[in-house]
Amino acid sequence: MVHLKVNGSVQAFDGDPDMPLLWYLRDILGFTGTKFGCGMALCGACTVLEDGKAIRSCSTQMKQLEGHEITTIEGISTHGPHAVQKAWAAVNVPQCGYCQTGQIMQAISLLSSKPHPTDADIDDEMSGNICRCGTYQRIRAAIKEAAKERARSQS
Amino acid sequence: MTRRRFLQGALSASAFVRCVAKVPLFAKTAGNVAPGSVAPSIDATAFHPSIFLGIQADGTVLIVAHRTEMGNGVRTSLPRIVADELDADWSRVEVIQGDGDERYGSQDTDGSHSVREFFDTLRETGATARLMLVRAAAQQWGVPEAQCVADPAHVVSHKASNRTIGYGELAALAAKQPVPKKEELKLKSPSEWRYIGKPAPGYDVTDVCAGKPLFGMDVRVDGMLYAAIAHPPVLGGKVKSVDDSATLKFKGVKQTIPIDPFTPPHHFQPLGGVAVIADNTWSAFKGRDALKIEWDNGEHAVYNSPDYKKQLQETARQPGKVVHKIGDPDVEFSKGGKVIEAEYYAPHLAHASMEPPAAVADVQGEKVIVWSPTQNPQGVQEEVAKKLGLKKENVTCHVTFLGGGFGRKSKPDYAVEAAVLSKTTGKPVKVVWSREDDIKFDYFHSVAAMYIKAAVDDKGMPKAWLQRSVFPPISSTFDKDAVYGSDGEMSLGWNVIPFDVPNFRSENGKAVNHVRIGWLRSVANIYHAFAVQSFANELAYAANRDPYDYLLALIGSGHVIDVKQPADVAAKYPYDTTRLRHVAQLAAEKANWGKKKSGNGWGMGIAVHRSFLTYVASVVEVEVDNSGAVRIPNVYTAVDAGIVANPDMVISQFQGAAVFGTSIARTGEITATNGVIDQSNFHNYPVARMNDAPVYVDVQIVESQAPPAGVGEPGVPPFVPALCNAIYAATGKRVRELPLTRNGLF
Ligand code: FES
Ligand code: FES
Repeated sequence: MVHLKVNGSVQAFDGDPDMPLLWYLRDILGFTGTKFGCGMALCGACTVLEDGKAIRSCSTQMKQLEGHEITTIEGISTHGPHAVQKAWAAVNVPQCGYCQTGQIMQAISLLSSKPHPTDADIDDEMSGNICRCGTYQRIRAAIKEAAKERARSQS
Repeated sequence: MTRRRFLQGALSASAFVRCVAKVPLFAKTAGNVAPGSVAPSIDATAFHPSIFLGIQADGTVLIVAHRTEMGNGVRTSLPRIVADELDADWSRVEVIQGDGDERYGSQDTDGSHSVREFFDTLRETGATARLMLVRAAAQQWGVPEAQCVADPAHVVSHKASNRTIGYGELAALAAKQPVPKKEELKLKSPSEWRYIGKPAPGYDVTDVCAGKPLFGMDVRVDGMLYAAIAHPPVLGGKVKSVDDSATLKFKGVKQTIPIDPFTPPHHFQPLGGVAVIADNTWSAFKGRDALKIEWDNGEHAVYNSPDYKKQLQETARQPGKVVHKIGDPDVEFSKGGKVIEAEYYAPHLAHASMEPPAAVADVQGEKVIVWSPTQNPQGVQEEVAKKLGLKKENVTCHVTFLGGGFGRKSKPDYAVEAAVLSKTTGKPVKVVWSREDDIKFDYFHSVAAMYIKAAVDDKGMPKAWLQRSVFPPISSTFDKDAVYGSDGEMSLGWNVIPFDVPNFRSENGKAVNHVRIGWLRSVANIYHAFAVQSFANELAYAANRDPYDYLLALIGSGHVIDVKQPADVAAKYPYDTTRLRHVAQLAAEKANWGKKKSGNGWGMGIAVHRSFLTYVASVVEVEVDNSGAVRIPNVYTAVDAGIVANPDMVISQFQGAAVFGTSIARTGEITATNGVIDQSNFHNYPVARMNDAPVYVDVQIVESQAPPAGVGEPGVPPFVPALCNAIYAATGKRVRELPLTRNGLF
């Protein structure tokens, strides 16, 4: 039995301990905002936060999660869209949108450690997340927008 | 080429079907896929003059997006065309995703023709409703129709008496008006457009960013089982024996089910194999890994890419079937003047859309409901019906969002798999393809070898031009014996070139197919533009000319050329090289072409190409270091697509095309060994990431009142040769074979 918290709720899991978190989230809890793209930690579509830091849920087994706290796209904000989601909408980032929840989770993780990321920081942090539609230019713009907005709201 | 709608089909009369008959039409939002949930329907509205449009008594306007959303922005651009002519307030519009239904006309979302084909229909839809609302108001007030206007949005006003009435209030009365004839409609002039040509954010952007269950992969149905399928590793392979004892021991695995191999041609039929049914995706995957299957690989086990490449190249060196001829190039070649020749090669590509194929099917007796990310919902209906021996009308296809399509999801084989398995299990079944399935069992973009030869005059301008292309054709998917490119494929950048060359011949050689071949974003234009635009660049250097100046000289002063389009297409969309010249000039100007000297690892390249009726020029800037690493700081694109519905979406499409093109050029390569595809996931089929994609892509859209063309695909073809030409400018290294990794570059 694995005990963990997902989006603030306590959960107990007694299935296959090797099951990746991704499939637990999608098939068992129904949090389908976390996407399946490769299953090998190569694309970032499945990115969620573990104790506030981005991880690849496709390559994190349930048995590794005892006592940890997971946040998915469905849990990043309790009142209205998160600042990063707002920036994404303002820049009109998505094309097909499939990668974007993973991108947003990764960006949230980036901004929590580096509130004013440089282009190089953004490249470093975001290059694990593939967007096959090619929205990278707008992702970069939206991250900068979110950083600016955050600085503005805190000043 | 029966399924693919090339330009002929794309421009055929589109249907403006009025919903006079009481045929129920269940349209659901793409996101609202859960069964049992009540989605608003056009037929339930107070006023629905068309199957595309309904107005509720509360003033909510429902507009159907009948084509597929896959990042192309159709759920925004198409409804906004209706809303514009309706003079509706966009904030009161609710977009409904159309199910598969032939009454909509073509729903096959490929060939970059959603706006092109439906622009007139959708405008007429909006204008029809507006006129009926105006007439209803005039009737209610007892004033002449001419004194009533739909202004401001969403109301009809009678300015003389200062009265207004909302669309919702008018809906019931409007429904009683006779449907006006087409001649009575007054379409707006472009200067009156509220939405067409104005940038708008995606209708679904908030839901997408919130992670709502919009995609096919997200569909969950009560009692649903999950399936993973072990497909035959070689096309046409069959199961010899299967041992599923280890599989069945896994917790969560329910059963295994054999799937019949297809009868050739493979068309959109399932590949066959063994399905593992489980109560979650992970168990199905794990169970599949544990299957012990012995395969009979069949005839295609002979497919080895290095040998096949040699064959294609050899064929390209020999005379082929003549596709088109102007003058007689052989006469020039025999004169013994200066001749330049080159060979080009481009490998297979996989689509690798971010969402691997997935579908849910629920077979209930004679009826089937399918939820599928599909570019081709009517195709899903047809193929499922055919496989299960049912009538097409008995198959409902709800269209979900697509996590990318690029042509892969026009082929409904995975939806048919779900239907077969649902029928066998008696339960709703979700088929999930892994990334490995997606890459190994794709309908691949064709591998191609090309040969070009030109005789040039003393200024280096071509007097004669011969070009041959050889590739296993898409038609082999529908006709096992097809070995020549179809007219459609030849029209994609090969039958004719947009250059002033007095003697020209295009040819096509035979190629036997060994994998499933399908269309991929811009299709044969990819390799054809690569060869032609690279060769034009080679001629420029051979003539000691600036490549941009030389390109303009090749295009000439500009005139309409005959590119063998069907007559109706040629009438509406003549190929005018003036427009091609213009985009080249715009892109070069924006790039500051010629201001900085190329060489020492820095360079710019240019290429132009018209595809899907849109004229595009790309200027790519590269930096290449000593290790061969290629950085792309800037791309300058100029686009003439006629009228554009939503410029911001057009910019997105061309930004995306540059990234897609980067993936093709840098690392895109699918190969086979003994019929088995060598690549399987993003580690050995890499696609562009943020740190290797173009940093900045500038997109200029030519203001035009020409009829709308296409925007989803045309950005890809010129990008690839522009990049390769830039690499030549920077390093002197000519890329004649894709991808760059085959040239010591990456
Ligand atoms: S699905 Fe986890 S990184 Fe791709
Ligand atoms: S928006 Fe389609 S994969 Fe990123």
